[in-house]
Amino acid sequence: MRTTSQWDIVCTVDDLVPESGIAVWTPEGPVAIFYIPHRLPALFAISHTDPFSGANVLARGITGDLKGEPVVASPLYKQHFNLVTGQCLEDDSVKVRTYRVLLDGKAVRLEVSKAKTLVEAA
Amino acid sequence: MSNKTLIVIGNGMVGHHFLEQFAASPAADDYNVIVFGEEKQLAYDRVHLSEYFSGSTHADLAMGTADWYTENNIDLHLHEQVAGIDREARTVTTAKGNYQYDELVLATGSYPFVPPIDGKDNDNCFVYRTLDDLDAIRACAAGAKTGVVVGGGLLGLEAANALKSLGLDAHVVEFAPRLMPVQLDEDGGAVLRNKIEELGVQVHNEKATTGIVDGEDCRLRMNFSDDDFLETDLIVFSAGIRPQDALARLCELDIGERGGIVVDNQCTTSDPHIHAIGECALWNKQIFGLVAPGYTMARTLSAVLNGDGEAAFTGADMSTKLKLLGVDVGSIGDAHANTPGARNIRFNDEKAGHYRRMVVSEDGKKVLGAILVGDNSHYDTLLQYALNGIDLPENPESLILPESQGGAPTLGPDALPDTAQICSCHNVSKGDICCSIDAGATDLGAVKGETKASSGCGGCAALLKNVVDSELEKRGVEVSKDICEHFPYSRQDLFNIVKVNGIRTFRTLIEQHGSGHGCDICKPAVGSILATCWNEHILATDHVPLQDTNDTFMANMQKNGTYSIVPRVPGGEITPDKLIVLGEVAKEYNLYTKITGGQRVDLFGATLSELPEIWEKLIAAGFETGHAYGKSLRTVKSCVGNTWCRYGVQDSTGMAIFLEDRYKGLRAPHKVKMGVSGCTRECAEAQSKDIGVIATENGWNLYVCGNGGMRPRHADLFATDLDDEQLIKTIDRVLMFYVRTADRLQRTSVWMENMEGGLDYLKEVVLENSLGIGEELEQHMADLVGTYQCEWKTAVEDPEKRKRFREFVNAPEKKDPVQVWTTERDQRRPLLETDAEPA
Repeated sequence: MRTTSQWDIVCTVDDLVPESGIAVWTPEGPVAIFYIPHRLPALFAISHTDPFSGANVLARGITGDLKGEPVVASPLYKQHFNLVTGQCLEDDSVKVRTYRVLLDGKAVRLEVSKAKTLVEAA
Repeated sequence: MSNKTLIVIGNGMVGHHFLEQFAASPAADDYNVIVFGEEKQLAYDRVHLSEYFSGSTHADLAMGTADWYTENNIDLHLHEQVAGIDREARTVTTAKGNYQYDELVLATGSYPFVPPIDGKDNDNCFVYRTLDDLDAIRACAAGAKTGVVVGGGLLGLEAANALKSLGLDAHVVEFAPRLMPVQLDEDGGAVLRNKIEELGVQVHNEKATTGIVDGEDCRLRMNFSDDDFLETDLIVFSAGIRPQDALARLCELDIGERGGIVVDNQCTTSDPHIHAIGECALWNKQIFGLVAPGYTMARTLSAVLNGDGEAAFTGADMSTKLKLLGVDVGSIGDAHANTPGARNIRFNDEKAGHYRRMVVSEDGKKVLGAILVGDNSHYDTLLQYALNGIDLPENPESLILPESQGGAPTLGPDALPDTAQICSCHNVSKGDICCSIDAGATDLGAVKGETKASSGCGGCAALLKNVVDSELEKRGVEVSKDICEHFPYSRQDLFNIVKVNGIRTFRTLIEQHGSGHGCDICKPAVGSILATCWNEHILATDHVPLQDTNDTFMANMQKNGTYSIVPRVPGGEITPDKLIVLGEVAKEYNLYTKITGGQRVDLFGATLSELPEIWEKLIAAGFETGHAYGKSLRTVKSCVGNTWCRYGVQDSTGMAIFLEDRYKGLRAPHKVKMGVSGCTRECAEAQSKDIGVIATENGWNLYVCGNGGMRPRHADLFATDLDDEQLIKTIDRVLMFYVRTADRLQRTSVWMENMEGGLDYLKEVVLENSLGIGEELEQHMADLVGTYQCEWKTAVEDPEKRKRFREFVNAPEKKDPVQVWTTERDQRRPLLETDAEPA
């Protein structure tokens, strides 16, 4: 069976900051990866682009939980985004893209569409 | 049958009340009772004397009737003055003869005090005590236009009402700075003054009459000590009362130093057969100039004469409730908050002319006293609380809030009508507050911003908060002091928890005292608290995720995701060499430069990865971080001071640099700005800063809690003529107290406005060390000053910390594609959406 996606290594565990986010560049644009050690799974990936400002900044927001759901607050205008669903808590009509991410040994793998390689996109 | 004789000298209100009590008691059968009254009339109600001029007759005011005296076999001798008492013979002498007594009661009352003023005996000068006095005043008022009452106390205002009733232009001249100085405070006196001036009585406070001479336009002219004068046709003296103790002096009873017949708890004088009650009696060195204690004495004495061994007068509550010129005035217990630790709750509706002050005990549980002006409907409840020591409800202020329309008083801010003025400084009513909430204000800060309520004197802060909370709750908005859903505590609570338990990480705090994992509200707040308590580097692993992005990257994020950099320029003083470095760095990284309002240079447009490189260069040139990103000291603005300026009296720039170096890096609930001016011309605009310092000939004046920005607030003068050391010590304490007690994101101005007790309280804490924490605050500040580090210097030297400054960790060379630029006025700036439109 043909798969349409692939798991690219985007960084290592050492690049992550506990309770916080980092940004990586992918064939599909900038992605924010959050490392929340007390959760299982502990990694979350959403688009790095703040839909309200258009700036690539979401990885630099403060993480936390609201009513039990893991969220990040945009560092610019402070809207919250659910790390699992990408849903904006302040505006039902706004949702950011989410990605699947997993830990493979020390490597952090992100699921991106097949046939586009990192090098091509960069 | 009666075989003993009881003689009562004096037929006033208290004397009459005694007779009523006594006549109804068993002992009445044992005594023949004889009463001597100096006046022609039967005892009458002196409290409502002024009604004599508004239609009441003696009969209306009379306490009893001649028939009542006859029915009770009381031998009434009116208009018969007692000339002497023979204690050995037990007789009293009048012009008509001698009368034997077994027991004698002195109820002679008091006489008006007339100050020793030249001209006081003029035919147009009167006192205000008896119906005869009033008849004389009425006669004099014929053909007169103006009347003056000397004395703004309770009786004086009654007298003024009387003059007004006679159709005169009434004036009140009072030596004290306010009306009814005994019963009222300044605000209450002011409300009362407004009210009665509205009623056409003119009030002249702080006037000492020095002489009364013939007038030019009127019959008389009163000269005042301040060279002012007032013309009037008649004068009524009502400057206080003195006990009528002349008979007692003649027969050598014990008399107090300042007059008054000394009595014991049984209202008996130094002669066991002579008793004294009412205003002539001196009990425990006190004269009671009110009718209620007099009545209590009357009841006590009646019981004593009935052989009641328990009966005792043990003092009286001096609370009063009355109507003066139609204005309600009430005064309860410790109205002036003389009890140590007593606190005040005030409600002031200047529009309606309602003023209420409740004095509560230090623990906030009991009513100690109260002042009411304009509306006495709360008097009875308050009096109950005060007299019976009843524990106050949770919201004690509800006791002085207005009643809701009709019905019984309900407690809570709901009881306020929409028209009630909450903030008198800015004339904000409850209705205005409701409007602002309906228009979208969802918290106290927003309501304040919208209405300006509580931004004047701040005295209404507590009431405002109550009203806002109540209205928000009504609209289903949850009101909570909790910082967020993760901690059921305020910032101040969290500060104490961290400090007391020695907690050093967010994780420990939330595991032990909170729930969940935190959010963008509590994390930075706790980060700030941890920084204040322990001063560890904000980029230490445990603290990184707590910081707002600006703190994390130690720069200010701009709308396209790039950052601006503001190096510290203490006091705004900078060498040409350093200016050149700023220029060179800006040029190298193509940064947009702008001078800030805080006398520094802001460099815009640096990417995340450029920040450490730029800072390496700045640090090499001697710059430090400016904390423009932090909730901490920003700048200390200054003028050039006496070094250059011909007006300067101190070295303001030197002081500004000293202050900036001392407090840089201090983590606070919000940003802190300071200013130092070298003279009163105030070129550094210090009075719009959190901490403002203005040079004087003798040192420095310190202003606190000012603000510019969205809601400007003039700083409050806090201390004057401080030397350098005192200035620093005082600022240390103020700042550290702010850091410890303010709410999250609360500037000093709002902190001050929300502080119970306001400026005076802060002065007590800081200048008088009322909490005993002065040295601790100083020590804490000294510790923080001692552990200061330039965050940027530490960051650029640490490879681990530098790792954070990668825009894309897997693509170091990748430029963020959304950061696109254009040029305007010879500098680079972000391309905006609006730029994309064709020209």
